[in-house]
Amino acid sequence: MSVEPATAITIALTKGRILKETLPLLARAGIEPLEDMEASRKLVFPTSKAGVRLLILRGSDVPTYVQYGAADIGVSGKDTLLEHGGEGFYEPLDLGIAQCRLMTAAATGVAPRAGRIRVATKYVNVARRYYAEQGRQADIIKLYGAMELAPIMALADEIVDIVDTGNTLRANGLEARETIATISSRLIVNRVAMKTKHSTIQPLLDQLAAAVAD
Amino acid sequence: MTQVDRWLLPEGIEEILPNQAFKVERLRRELLDFYHAWGYDLVIPPLVEFTDSLLSGSGRDLDLLTFKLTDQHSGRMMGVRADVTPQTARMDAHSLRRNGPNRLCYASTVLYTRSRAPLSSRTPIQVGVELYGEAGLGADIEVITLMVEALQQVGVDNICLDLGHVGIYRSLEECLDLTGGQKAELFELLQRKSSELGDWVARNIKDAEMAAIVAGLPRLAGEVDILDTARAFFAAAPAEVELAIDELQQVVDAILATNPAVSLYLDLCELEGYHYHTGIVFAGYCEGARQALANGGRYDDIGETFGRARPATGFSIDLKALVERLDTSEEPANGIYAPACEEPGYPAFIRQLRAGGERVVCGFYGQLPDYAELCCDRVLVQENGTFSLKPIR
Repeated sequence: MSVEPATAITIALTKGRILKETLPLLARAGIEPLEDMEASRKLVFPTSKAGVRLLILRGSDVPTYVQYGAADIGVSGKDTLLEHGGEGFYEPLDLGIAQCRLMTAAATGVAPRAGRIRVATKYVNVARRYYAEQGRQADIIKLYGAMELAPIMALADEIVDIVDTGNTLRANGLEARETIATISSRLIVNRVAMKTKHSTIQPLLDQLAAAVAD
Repeated sequence: MTQVDRWLLPEGIEEILPNQAFKVERLRRELLDFYHAWGYDLVIPPLVEFTDSLLSGSGRDLDLLTFKLTDQHSGRMMGVRADVTPQTARMDAHSLRRNGPNRLCYASTVLYTRSRAPLSSRTPIQVGVELYGEAGLGADIEVITLMVEALQQVGVDNICLDLGHVGIYRSLEECLDLTGGQKAELFELLQRKSSELGDWVARNIKDAEMAAIVAGLPRLAGEVDILDTARAFFAAAPAEVELAIDELQQVVDAILATNPAVSLYLDLCELEGYHYHTGIVFAGYCEGARQALANGGRYDDIGETFGRARPATGFSIDLKALVERLDTSEEPANGIYAPACEEPGYPAFIRQLRAGGERVVCGFYGQLPDYAELCCDRVLVQENGTFSLKPIR
């Protein structure tokens, strides 16, 4: 394993909406990738700022990289953070981008089933916690995509998923029910990196906070 | 179970093989000798004891980390220690009952039900010290200095010392008048330095002055000058907060006076070990480390459950984590191979070599030695009744 200089910073991002909306914020802090990240197949990108590099990861892997210290900083959706759990990193900045809601949904007009229900979701930890808080016993079914199909095929009574416009739900005969959390992208910082690389990380946080506030 | 996975060790459980094991052992001795030179007496606490004593005064975290079993003699619950500190506290309060300051040290393997940090061991070896019976800052300064110098002694450069004081949050929480649920929420938000703290404060804390203080807590972290920022920031806070900041300032001054090369980081809302600690808390990191090499802090009055409340502070070093940070080089082969030989005087010659500090490995008749496996760089040869050492090419 190579030993990095104490001031080198690695920032983990995700392709798509988060990347598109985070890059302008990073640019305000003087950090710009040296090539087009969306077009490249590479996963590690040097930047205009010496010692700062960007990583492209799968969204659900960002908290893992930051928690293990493989990346110092990450940008991750609150939905992913709620599911992953917050151990090992700080969550000091709400970037206010990629906003949506984490909701329960069920077939339109169907009354909630009394007693034990079945819930399909990729957010199994969030769903288990939420239904327990509501005092409802729920069996959770882990799915990796196309949640909307589960109530249609009677695999589940309800689903837990992120809802933006609600169009996909409506197109499949479902309706959003309860809001579990409002979601936006958060900046997360590894706990140890915050302590040992403070003089590099804190100014960056301040610049990003100023960019978000504008 | 198939034949194939019988060798498999449980998650977070590891064995330490030759070379590495010797490095761990050498480091253990070096640290204990260093503690000894500072006047800390070695104790060997038991591997298991009743949970009544093992979990006394500690938080729920330690309870969940402790493996439990039922004692066949008494029917009572026993725990395999997940931390040595409650054991030394029992020794101080009950077994030793010394009048003045009591300095103890230990090197013990502990067992966790779950790893405390990703990829870290569930059976770390804690090499630590505890100082009982002195409530003054002198005790804090002594153990923090000892931690820094012990790490330096074994070769850790660029130490980053992380300092905090749980008294700050404790006295703020006391004057906030929160319900149990609110306390838990606030604690969690502060521990994550969460951006959601502002909204929570606006909803839950009516007093404007206190609201501003709590909302600003996560920013009170940084280098030494953060203490000046904090003094101005906490102008309206209870007097205990100012006292805690003064204590931190004194510790900082004392450490920098003796160890100016140490880089300092202060976090005034550090809540690691909050349910257990009562004053100054600290940790030692080194450049590039992904977890603390050592941590500790003040935990006054833990001995109360054993009938004698005593001020206390201490720290422990994670020995295996430290070895990994320190040394990646292979131990050079430096042994002597002594082939089987009937010559009179041969055993005496070998004994003499060993007494002189050499590592001599004896061969057996019919054995073809693998010098690399035996870690030997010389061979013992016999010519006309005299013995000599020849280097192995």
